[in-house]
Order: sequence, then C-alpha cells, then structure tokens
Amino acid sequence: MKARTRAAATLLTPFFVLFTVVMLIPIGYAVWLSLFTEQQSGLGFGGSETVFTGLGNYTAALGDRVFRDGFLVLLGYCVVYIPLMVGGALALALLLDSALARAKRFFQLALFLPHAVPGIIAAMIWLYLYTPGLSPVVSAMHSGGIGFDFFSPGGALPSIVNIALWEWLGYNMVIFYAALQAIDRSVLEAATVDGASGGRIAFSIKLPLIRSSVLMVVLFTIIGSLQLFTEPLILNTGSGSAVSSSWTPNMYAYTAAFSRNDFGLAAAASVLLALTAALLSFVVTRLTGRKGAHA
Amino acid sequence: MSTTTRKNPWLSKAAVNGALLLAVLYMLFPLVWLVTAATKDTGSLLAGDTFSFEGFDLSKNLSDIASYGDGVYFRWYGNSLLYAGVGAAVCSLICVAAGYAFDKYEFRGKEKLFGLVLLGVLVPTTALALPMYLLASKIGIVNTYWSVLIPVLVNPFGVYLARVFSAGYIPGEALEAARIDGAGELRTFFSIGLPMMMPGFVTVFLFQFTAIWNNFFLPLVMLSDRKLFPLSLGLYSWNTNTHSEPGFYPLVVTGSLLAVIPLIVAFVSLQRHWKAGLTAGSVK
Repeated sequence: MKARTRAAATLLTPFFVLFTVVMLIPIGYAVWLSLFTEQQSGLGFGGSETVFTGLGNYTAALGDRVFRDGFLVLLGYCVVYIPLMVGGALALALLLDSALARAKRFFQLALFLPHAVPGIIAAMIWLYLYTPGLSPVVSAMHSGGIGFDFFSPGGALPSIVNIALWEWLGYNMVIFYAALQAIDRSVLEAATVDGASGGRIAFSIKLPLIRSSVLMVVLFTIIGSLQLFTEPLILNTGSGSAVSSSWTPNMYAYTAAFSRNDFGLAAAASVLLALTAALLSFVVTRLTGRKGAHA
Repeated sequence: MSTTTRKNPWLSKAAVNGALLLAVLYMLFPLVWLVTAATKDTGSLLAGDTFSFEGFDLSKNLSDIASYGDGVYFRWYGNSLLYAGVGAAVCSLICVAAGYAFDKYEFRGKEKLFGLVLLGVLVPTTALALPMYLLASKIGIVNTYWSVLIPVLVNPFGVYLARVFSAGYIPGEALEAARIDGAGELRTFFSIGLPMMMPGFVTVFLFQFTAIWNNFFLPLVMLSDRKLFPLSLGLYSWNTNTHSEPGFYPLVVTGSLLAVIPLIVAFVSLQRHWKAGLTAGSVK
C-alpha cells in the first residue's frame, strides 16, 4: 500500500510543482503587488521607491472612469454575446442531431474549423474584412446601399461579437452535439412513439438532459468574455476607431503595466477581474444547481 | 410545427440542412477569403478585388515572406513549432500522469486536491500573465524561450480529461495482472497505463498544441526580441506596420495562411481525437 502512495505522489508531483509555480504563486504575487505603489522620491531624481498603499490601488482603479467604462463595455459585450453564442450553438447542435440532417460529419468538421485559426489571426482576417477598400464585404454592402462602419462607436461591439462568435460557435456546438449523442436513444424513441414532435422533443427532453454541458459552456464563455483583449486590440487601429487602448479591463491592465509602468494599479485591475470571474462562476453554478434540485 | 413536419417532410429537411449550410458558409467565408487574398499582389488586395484572377502573385508573396528580415518568418515558424511541440508533449505527459494517479490510486485528501485542479480551470489566465512577467523578470528569464515555455506546461483541464480517459481506457485488472507479475508501480504506469491511454494522450496533446500555437497574450507580455517570437506575435507586429506601409498586407495575409495550415491538417486528420476530447469534457 505504501508503494502505491509513493507512486501516486511521484506521478502527481510534476503537475503540482508547475501548478504552484505558474498559477498559485502568480495569484499570490498579484495580490501582494496590488498593495504597493511606486512613489517618486525627493524631487523626482534618483528613481522611485515602493511604498505600501493598502487598498489604494483598488480605490484608484475603481475611481478611474476609464476602468469602470471597461466593465460597462464587458457588460454590454456579455449581454449580446453570451445569448447569441449559447443559443446559436444549441440551435446548430439540435439541428445537426435531428433525424433530418444529412452529412453530419462534414457539417461538424466545417463548423469546427474556425477553432483551428489562432485568435489573433481570426481577428486580423475580420479586421481586413471590415476595412473599407480592402474588404469585398464592405464594397458589396456599399453597392447594395448599406453603409455600415464596423469601427464606429455603435459598430465596434457587434464587430467584436462577430469575431468571437466565428471563433467559438462551432467549438461549443460540437460540445453540445457530443452531449446530445450521448442521450439514451430509447428515451427519444419512446417520446416519438407517444407522438411528440421533433421540436417538442428538442425542448422538453433533449435540452434538460444536456443541462450540465450548457452550464459548462456558459461558465467557460463568461470566463473567456471577461478576458476580452485580442479582438479589440486588433480593432484599435488608431484614428477612426471607437476602440481605445483601455477599452476592456484587460486592456486597461496591460496599458497600465506596459505604457505607464504602474504595476500596482495593473495588478489591482487584474485581481478585480479575477474576483469578478470567481463571483460570476459561483453565481452561475448556484443558480443552475438550484434549478436542478427542483427539476 | 409538428404538423408541418408530418405533412411535408421535404420542406423541413430542406430547412434544417439549409440552415446548417448557411452556418457553414459563414464559417468558411473568411477562410476562403484568406486563401484567395494570399495569392494577390498589394494593389489588387487593397482594391478589395479578392475573388477574381487579377493580380495573381502567390509566388512573389511567398518569396517576399521568405526574404523579409533575413527570413525571420521561418524563424517564427520554427519557434511556434518548438513552443507548441515541446510544450504540448511535456504538458500532456504531466497531465496524463496526474490524471492516472487521480483515477487509479486512493490517498487522503484526493478529492479536495482534485477540486483545486478544477478551480484552476476557472482562473482567467490573462490575469496571471502580468504577475508572471514580473516574477520572470526578477529571476531573469524574461525574453527567453523559458518564459513562454514553462507557463504552457500546465493545463488543469488536461488533468481532468486524463482522469476521465484513464477511467475509460484502463481496466483495473490490467494493472492487477502487472502487479502480480511483480512490476513496480511506476513501471506499470509507463509500460501498461500510458500505452493504453495513448488515444487520451493524443487528445490532450492536440488541444494543448492548438492552445500554445494560438497563444498570443503571454508571448506579447514576455518577449521583446523578435527572434524569439512565435508566429502569432510576429504576424501581429507585421500587422501594426500596415498602417504606415501597405506593402505589409500581403505579408500578413500570406503568413497567416501558412500559419493556419498545420492546424487545419491536424484537425481534419485527427477528428476522432478532438471529438473524443470534447465528448469527455461535455458528459461529466
């Protein structure tokens, strides 16, 4: 028995050593950093010194309108993106799972393929497809009489939602489709024999049975959305774009750290973002857990 | 809705497959654009004239890519292969070992420890990049291969997948037989457990390889030396040049196409594996 415990420890050690180095220590270090600030010493000569500021960086971040606006942008993004993503992926998965769909393997592969494209490249492809002159889409829209500016204050959010949908819709669809395929076919046959329609079966039987997959996708989508960075970074093309360099909280933290060298503020922003993720994960798990108890 | 289904099955069959086909067109359109755009010279690319045969100049784009900056593009390609290949191989081995241990052994606090791993899945990783950068600069490995390679060796979700695969692929009797034959525990893992989990290993490898190949934020934070850039960061740096120098557009587009090809090939040829991974992730 002792040999087995030792073997388990040996097999687990590499993972947990790295887990500590790459996740636990940076989390702790971020919290630690967020409590300090750099202060110019004397007359500004001779560099700066690090002083303890308690929650000073947190109040500074929360008091900064740009940071708060970043959360508003995220809120708007989540309200538009998450229902479209989850609803769209579910709809596609149910269509593919229905008896009427043909060429299921082909559809699954083709819908999944955008996931093989690196996010930064996906964002650049869409950037070019949004850019007047470069884009056949924009010129086609123009000749059709539609003048839509993908970089305008009203257009930037839909532009970014579209990029994210393109990247993740097929991926999440495959997760739902896999869960649907795992449903016991005899349940579905019984419902068909009882005269339930395809739509009725989808909503009353299939959806409740894959609830845990839906919960997982919602959780990962929320966590991914909070980290929004790459797509707006690419759409931040300077003049003429509504996307600023601190448009989302993650961009705010990045700019604070690397343009202003304010690591304390950046760490506080990161910690606030991680806390938001933890809080939302907790709320989502709780809400769906309670629903499960009633069902 | 049910009456239409019964009265006219052809209509709804056309509707279902038509909707799926529309979705496929949406997914493939940007990829088709990428392929045709990569064959264009700067002039016709900037004219938005992507779907015609005018200005076809793929070979010039390819030779431009090869020659720009002493062939730095292929250096980036090699770096991406190194980060993703080595990173994914080591990461998968570590994940499979841990997942196997969680599945096949009993020890105190096991489920609590596994809960910690699952919590790790929920951590927004970009929030860790900044403190990791500062830590890395303290120990002097910022702007080195290690600064990008070490963080990608950890994937908590991979451990979760590996545990599911270990439970599915390795029957307890196989291990008992090895133990009766007198094989040590670690030996049993390497000679029996690991080979039986090979499909799971490939799955974790594929997902981690993709994640590292696509990784952008971490290299952006860690690296300043262009020679260490992976493709994602290199192409991004070219893209920022397009504002002042439109000649970079064909470089970015053609470079992006070449960067996407290996992953498309991998996903098309390893369909069984990514489907298995997403199935194990979805049915818990």
